[in-house]
Amino acid sequence: MNNASKRVLSGAAAINETIRQTMEFDRSVIVIGEDIAGGAGLGGKNEGAMGGSFGVTRGLIEQFGPIRVRDTPISEAAIAGIAIGGAAAGLRPIVDMMWSSFTPLAFDQIFNQAAKMRYMFGGQVKVPVVFRMAMGAGLGAAGQHSDTLYSLFTHIPGLKVVVPSSPYDAKGLLTAAVADNNPVLFFEHMGLYGMKEEVPESSYEIPLGDAKIVRDGTDITVIATSMMVNKALDAADQLRERNISIEVIDPRTLSPIDNNKICRSARKTGRVIIVDESPPRCSIAADIAAMVSESTFDSLKAPVKRVTSPHSPVPLSPPLEEAYIPSVQRIIAAAEELTSTS
Amino acid sequence: MNMVEDKELLRIYRTMLKIRMFEERVAREFRKGDMPGFVHSYIGAEAVSTGICMHLNDDDYISSTHRGHGHCIAKGCTFKDMLAELYGRETGLCKGRGGSMHIADFARGMLGANAIVGGGIALAAGGALAIQTRGEKGVAVTFFGDGACNQGILHETMNLASIWKLPLIFVCENNDWAESTPVSYSTSVTNISARASAYGFPGLTVDAADAIAVYQAAKEAVIRARNEQGPTLIEAKIGRMIGHYLGDPEGYRSKELKEEAKSKDPIPPFESMLIQNEILGKEDLLKTRQEIEKKLDDAVNYAKISPLPNGSAVEAEVYAA
Repeated sequence: MNNASKRVLSGAAAINETIRQTMEFDRSVIVIGEDIAGGAGLGGKNEGAMGGSFGVTRGLIEQFGPIRVRDTPISEAAIAGIAIGGAAAGLRPIVDMMWSSFTPLAFDQIFNQAAKMRYMFGGQVKVPVVFRMAMGAGLGAAGQHSDTLYSLFTHIPGLKVVVPSSPYDAKGLLTAAVADNNPVLFFEHMGLYGMKEEVPESSYEIPLGDAKIVRDGTDITVIATSMMVNKALDAADQLRERNISIEVIDPRTLSPIDNNKICRSARKTGRVIIVDESPPRCSIAADIAAMVSESTFDSLKAPVKRVTSPHSPVPLSPPLEEAYIPSVQRIIAAAEELTSTS
Repeated sequence: MNMVEDKELLRIYRTMLKIRMFEERVAREFRKGDMPGFVHSYIGAEAVSTGICMHLNDDDYISSTHRGHGHCIAKGCTFKDMLAELYGRETGLCKGRGGSMHIADFARGMLGANAIVGGGIALAAGGALAIQTRGEKGVAVTFFGDGACNQGILHETMNLASIWKLPLIFVCENNDWAESTPVSYSTSVTNISARASAYGFPGLTVDAADAIAVYQAAKEAVIRARNEQGPTLIEAKIGRMIGHYLGDPEGYRSKELKEEAKSKDPIPPFESMLIQNEILGKEDLLKTRQEIEKKLDDAVNYAKISPLPNGSAVEAEVYAA
């Protein structure tokens, strides 16, 4: 590929392009959510529309109109329910939940309806709905605007859970999520929106359930989710100078999860660290730790280690928020501990 | 006074009777102990699902409640498919995965019973959204009880349906009791239909003992919905002739209240009207009952000899391909 064809997009722009392309490709795709157009009452002629709290849905109402771009009142439960019912009736809604912390308002609809419908009804129905939402600490959004929550939904049979860590992956994974015939929760870290990298213009899919080996290594496997992938890479750079070789794996989707790739790496290195920006209890870090321990115990040279957030809500004050988010230093410390004892 | 054709009256009668006799049979079979799960009977409410669904096609959607057998039958589900489901059989509507409280028939636009009070309201709105998005002429109906009237999602959905003029009909089956709690205690208005005015669309209360009244109210609401005039709330006041669930000792309700509820049975006055107007003779009534009972015998036998699912299939169909 020559330089002229390279195109750099932010995470927000990559997601916007993906939504636009899936809507152009399939008339049954609609978007629905709070403030996704802004001034929706003006019938799509509103210049300077808001386009979602983070501008991710900007321009969609101008192109697709208010029937397919449904700006809603603040009614999370009904928004989720109407999208789920719409999916059961043949639409492919993309719901903008705004913040992950708002999903509890719609929890019955996601948990008791969307997740269970196919199973309870004996496989009669498909529920192809995507819930997109922002998440993550680091912006000072504190207690009710920062939760990651993907572990909660990973626990639930019938849901798929996607956690992209880069603009390129966000595009391929969202394309796959919209094409999927199941309810998918798609978690966009606030840090992802501003991150920039090369993203091809033409549409592509990254299959759900395919982890990515972000860096090859031999001494320690670091499994990192979302923004923790970059921290793991930072730590790997610093550890390389100390002759410790880190393999970094991004699961990319937590449900389904690519256990094979994770375990293959764990068997190779014999040492495993899981880095996750969530409280540690009943979390994806706990889940991967259990899975790796059960499946690769004979190959492990040391106990599996977790580097996670504390068992607390996300705090406001900068020193507290900094303490909440797993740091590069903590990853390095965990790696040194593993290599010094085994 | 009624403007309903004889042919239509006979359909109403037959559907109500099918629901009544199905529920009576289920109650008898349930007492024998080989039907798993919880069962909530539709007895006393027959005129509601019948009067509404008479105006619907397979392309129209309904969402139902934990008390959903009447909605299934009125929407065209067969005794065999339903009873096999109630018995947890592989041949059931949901292959035995759902049972009475989670019975569904998507081929007939029946988006499912729902064991969460108010759980199906927004789902039916989704059906209406799909109709509107595709530019179709269909209609969606959500059935819910008086218990759901104080759930937030009903209010959120009534507002959404109103601002988007969704082809959605809200049908409140008010049997006066949310399990053991009377409406007079739980609800801020005497007529739940009054709540429609807060959301800017018509609401009306009908007597569920009067099948023709329900039928006529539904007819207007369906016309409104199909003509893109938006939602309607129909409150049907029902006498809860039975307990909350099969086996409910009903210690919370006096004998007098139970008797009063039974006086609101919609079927005897409808039969009298048919006979009075010489639309049916007494011997026809008997014959109709015999025909339905025979179908129920066959369906119960079919269900009981149908295979149970294999335990090894417990993780199948959690996800669609």
